[in-house]
Amino acid sequence: MRASRLVSLVAGALLALTLTISVLLLRCIDTVRSGAPLEEVLYVSSPKVLKRMSLGYDGLLADIYWTRAVQYFGGKHHSGVKRYDLLAPLLEITTQLDPHLLVAYEYGANFLAPAPPLGAGMPERAIALQEFGIRNNPDDWHLYYNEGFVYYTELNDYAKAADAFARGARRPHAHPFLAVMAGRMAEHAGDLQMARMMWSTTYDTTRDKSVKANAAAHLRALQVDEDVTVLEQINNRYHQMTGRFAGSFGELASAGLLRGTPLDPLGHDYKLMPDGRVEVRHPDDLPFIQKGTPPDYTPPPVPKILPTD
Amino acid sequence: MSSRVFNIAFNTFREAVRDRVLYNLVAFALLMTGAAILVGQISIDIERLVVVNLGLTAVSLFGMVIAIFIGIGLVSKEIEKRTLYTVLSRPVRRWEFIVGKFFGLAGTLIVNSVCMAVGVFAALFYVSRHFQSADGWVLVGLYFIILQFLIVTSLTLLFSSFSSPLLSAVFAFSLFVIGSFSEDLRGFASMTRGISKWLATAAAYLVPNFSALNVISSVAHQNPVSGQLIVYNTAYALFYATMALSGAVLIFERRNLK
Repeated sequence: MRASRLVSLVAGALLALTLTISVLLLRCIDTVRSGAPLEEVLYVSSPKVLKRMSLGYDGLLADIYWTRAVQYFGGKHHSGVKRYDLLAPLLEITTQLDPHLLVAYEYGANFLAPAPPLGAGMPERAIALQEFGIRNNPDDWHLYYNEGFVYYTELNDYAKAADAFARGARRPHAHPFLAVMAGRMAEHAGDLQMARMMWSTTYDTTRDKSVKANAAAHLRALQVDEDVTVLEQINNRYHQMTGRFAGSFGELASAGLLRGTPLDPLGHDYKLMPDGRVEVRHPDDLPFIQKGTPPDYTPPPVPKILPTD
Repeated sequence: MSSRVFNIAFNTFREAVRDRVLYNLVAFALLMTGAAILVGQISIDIERLVVVNLGLTAVSLFGMVIAIFIGIGLVSKEIEKRTLYTVLSRPVRRWEFIVGKFFGLAGTLIVNSVCMAVGVFAALFYVSRHFQSADGWVLVGLYFIILQFLIVTSLTLLFSSFSSPLLSAVFAFSLFVIGSFSEDLRGFASMTRGISKWLATAAAYLVPNFSALNVISSVAHQNPVSGQLIVYNTAYALFYATMALSGAVLIFERRNLK
């Protein structure tokens, strides 16, 4: 009896010890496998084959592939890699397994279309993905919006963007901005207000956090571009008045050209440079800005997208 | 102690051979021969790929079926036939019985896998007419499959120590399927929050990680397997199998056999 108790005690201790070591080893395996070339190969690339292999459980398989797509892009983006070769096939497989998984189409429009490092640089595949989505979900306005969004932001094809928005505006419960965007596209294509309207619509309608954070970063960048343009114009006017550029925003305010010290979208004040330019204090925190960076500024390899919460 | 464990292991192996378990090798040989001839005729440039994929998958599936269906009967059959009482009335402890059974079945599976490996390499040689240095990775793939067998064998023993053969088979097979998706499970866990994140993470770490042990497609594509992964996987499989065996011993020690 005593021997049996001793065996139980040893077995129990061994169980706890080996369980702990197994978990620790699993974490080590994860670190080894995260960079392994294994992740770079999609062994079954045919959605049709996968659908058959799923034995009818294609919904679950679609969820698994969707998770893989998000993890693949997130992991690579985080590690600063600039190629996302598997993102398109992963999203295509996901949507073909479950054509009604709308978030996958939105993800494709936001991260498949843009050029690296923000996306895979495959706008045509993103358009094809949206077209597939539209064929399977003809009444969902988001897909038309996604398509117009890619045409507008990545391909600069404003006519096709306007057409996609117009088609989307005719869907039931379409966002009112679609009709506005379709109407104003020809007239205002390429201007800041149009871009702001696009990113605001994305920001307001998405439920995906990464898409929302990306839209917020673009909106901040648009705000900075506009602020810097306006502030440099004011500083130029000050130069015309006084023969020199202002040394501080206080001087511009004293001259009646400005009300107080302007702040960037993250709450930091702008810098007035001796040559009249205006710069942001932390350009790394404001990806996608076109203006307000030092002349020799090199953006980080991975855009710093701040979380929305 | 070691001789008693060895004797039980040897008898388990002998019994498996008597039960014509190794007959599956005939089916495997036929499969590989047929596949090699067929693939040689219809595949273009991917003969090697198909043979490695098919061969290693067959080794894995044949072995899994043997591990589960022999493993679930290791304890229950002895109780049913009442031979367990004869064994335990001798100076054999219960834990020695469990450990001996484990080594016996593991030995059967290793012998079976080695024979199948010879078949895979023969088919590989038939279709490509020569061996390449990258074929060495196929051996790593086979080694990982054997590590999977060790885990499955220990789990079937764990389940059969307290459950009926049918339920043990269901449990073991379910855990094999879940374990094959363990990395996805951890992916899901990382996307959740709060208490569900903790629960999902705990479940993900508790189920055996078969996905890290499955490099069949990778080696078929001649991708190398890192030495670190081999070391970690070996340690992981050994510790996990020890854990499951400890659980089996713990339960079996307290089980009322009357």
